[in-house]
Amino acid sequence: MATVPVTEHTRPPFWRDERVLTVVAQVVFLVVVVLVFTYLYNNVQAGLRARGLTGGYGFLQQRAGFDIGESLIPYTADDSYGRAFVVGILNTLKVSLVGVLSATLLGLLSGIARLSPNWLLRTLVSAYIEIIRNTPLLVQLFFWYMAVMLKFPRVRQAVELPGPIYLSNRGIAIPWLRPEAGFPVWIGFVVAGIVIGLIVAKWRTNYEERTGQSGYPIVAALVTWVMFAIVGWFIAPGTPATVAKPELNGLNFQGGTRMTPEFAALFMGLVVYTGAFIAEIVRGGILAVSKGQREAAKALGLNDVQMMRYIILPQAMRIIIPPLTSQYLNLTKNSSLAVFIGYPDLFFVAGTVLNQTGKSLEVISLVMASYLSFSLLTSLFMNWYNQRVKLVER
Amino acid sequence: MTAKAEVPPKRKVTPLVLEWMKDNLLTPWYNAVITVVLTVVIFVVLRAILRWALYEATWDVVLVNLRLFAVGPYPEEAFWRIWMSLGVVSLLAGLSWGVWGGRNLTPSAIVGVLGAVLLVLPVSSNVKWPMVGILALFILAHLASMGRTGFRRPLVWGWVLSFFVILFLLKGLGGSTLLTSVPTSKWGGLLLTVLLAIVAIVASFPLGVLLALGRRSELPVVKLFSILYIESVRGVPLVTVLWASAIILPLFFPKGVRVDNLIRAMVGMTLFSAAYLAENVRGGLQGVPRGQYEAAYALGLNYYQAMRYIILPQALRAVIPAIVGQFIGLFKDTTLVAIVGLLDLLGIALSVIAQPEFIGLQREVFVFIAAIYWIFTYAMSYSSRRLEARLGVGTR
Repeated sequence: MATVPVTEHTRPPFWRDERVLTVVAQVVFLVVVVLVFTYLYNNVQAGLRARGLTGGYGFLQQRAGFDIGESLIPYTADDSYGRAFVVGILNTLKVSLVGVLSATLLGLLSGIARLSPNWLLRTLVSAYIEIIRNTPLLVQLFFWYMAVMLKFPRVRQAVELPGPIYLSNRGIAIPWLRPEAGFPVWIGFVVAGIVIGLIVAKWRTNYEERTGQSGYPIVAALVTWVMFAIVGWFIAPGTPATVAKPELNGLNFQGGTRMTPEFAALFMGLVVYTGAFIAEIVRGGILAVSKGQREAAKALGLNDVQMMRYIILPQAMRIIIPPLTSQYLNLTKNSSLAVFIGYPDLFFVAGTVLNQTGKSLEVISLVMASYLSFSLLTSLFMNWYNQRVKLVER
Repeated sequence: MTAKAEVPPKRKVTPLVLEWMKDNLLTPWYNAVITVVLTVVIFVVLRAILRWALYEATWDVVLVNLRLFAVGPYPEEAFWRIWMSLGVVSLLAGLSWGVWGGRNLTPSAIVGVLGAVLLVLPVSSNVKWPMVGILALFILAHLASMGRTGFRRPLVWGWVLSFFVILFLLKGLGGSTLLTSVPTSKWGGLLLTVLLAIVAIVASFPLGVLLALGRRSELPVVKLFSILYIESVRGVPLVTVLWASAIILPLFFPKGVRVDNLIRAMVGMTLFSAAYLAENVRGGLQGVPRGQYEAAYALGLNYYQAMRYIILPQALRAVIPAIVGQFIGLFKDTTLVAIVGLLDLLGIALSVIAQPEFIGLQREVFVFIAAIYWIFTYAMSYSSRRLEARLGVGTR
């Protein structure tokens, strides 16, 4: 607010002096907030005491005594509540990470397909987006879980897809790599291939920028990587890994890896839902690139793929990144709906711990702090990425 | 892509349909491949879906429970109160359309056709006649008020008042015989879903605007508080907010004060939605040019007057689409109140499929409620696009 220079005799009385008023207003605001919080806090303390509950995070050391359906780290009912929390956090991270990657892919493809010159493809993708975006995620999750995953036949009559992939009401069994003796050596080669591939990509990009000739950085990097993987496969002692196929053994599948119906339903629900939103963001971003850019690319003789790769997508990215970030955050937060279908994510585990211990404030604060830090980390990463692709203004 | 430019003039005799097919389905060659593959896929999938919907699905589960889906366990003898509430809404909607929609008979015509269809359909008469009456009320109100722009202000107050009247009607009073109290645990189905969404958006609106102003305030304490609130609420999932409010809220009050389950959910949703609304409104505030603020203060308006008469009207108009979008999200998010055990539309669906006589009918039930949600949200996004076009957002 612009203020006229005030001298002693033009200064208004203190009850109309803006500088005094702002300070007073803030003090009053602060006092009210503190009073309200103290009142509520005291009530909560009194309420908890009346229920015979004491505070503190000491309970995290105690024995949990409940099982968790799936876990990335070894966990038994004898482990502590703290470890149960870690299992939940890891499960949330697992579904969020895999979900974010898959949803980005699905969204990118659908967004581009919605702009396809092919009417049939365009219409089909539009129908997918309009149906999914306009129905609640939770209804879709229940549908995936109860009306798809649990409707698969029993293990003995499992649907077999080529692979073999088995669909049954106990989950989805897929072939997976089983490491053998030479595995560490081979993995060493694969990692080295990634590093050298990146260097090759950098070198080809530089070449491209220096000479203006196509350097094919991505193709070159991929070829390098695959070569390393193949060479490593033969150099490593014995066979580094075999493909383990799932086989029916008693009441369940052995070998390969198995997705529980809960994970599969949550994963499908989150990916299909978020993918539809990302598709709209991608479409908006591409449409926002001005028509002249397209025409200029055509005039330069670039083909459709080159135009997308070098002209449209780099510019669209700048528009896409910020809303994309909030979709990633949404997916991570929406993974808490796992509690409704029984996938043991952070929120599900926290609910069980709360029921067993009654430590409401402590458990709630742990859950909130965890989700807040996920959100913060995602935002930080995406902001860093955004800085990189942002328009460099000269 | 566009083959139009390359078409030689003599090809103009080609029928339009073929021309269109060539442009949209067949060129270049890979589009023809996509078209062929997709045609086969769509044919197979559509046939499977239609076969299921027409022959295999047991839609009885929906027809038998239609009343549950609509209002949940709301007592039958108090249904007239729901009809009356709908009547009030219909009356106000008709008036609003007449007052704001200009001299356009289309809405009345559409509602008239709906009523005629309803008359022919084999619906039980205790639903048919109230519905027809409500639709007739809309048409009457619409025709009577067409073009009377002077009623705009009273109508806005009418809507505000109707909100409280309807809540009162539905809840009733303890001890009265005409309006016996209906406990909120008896509210359910679509009624509860719509009510939750409306209460949350209405209640979060003032809070959201205050938070947005707070975040742009020059008072550091207020600003810090607003930022902390907005960012921490936006960083956590809605389910956890609902869950926390269900657990903590009863503890906030001294012993003896019981907080209704529905109120807990409403408070949770309001607090949550206020943070998002604040961010939307902040976007609008940032879009108001600096000169407007300066002009307002130069005129000698104080902070309140400047906001009330100059800044907020411009800011809010710019963010109407965003707010409608948020409302749609909120409507979908009402499904999460199942976490505190309320019987909204989804809650009713879950309780229906848990009944032994409807075992194995999950698909039918979920498809049905998904369709209801879809109709509501699609209608909202459609009218939001219309509203956007009418207000000329982005073109002014």
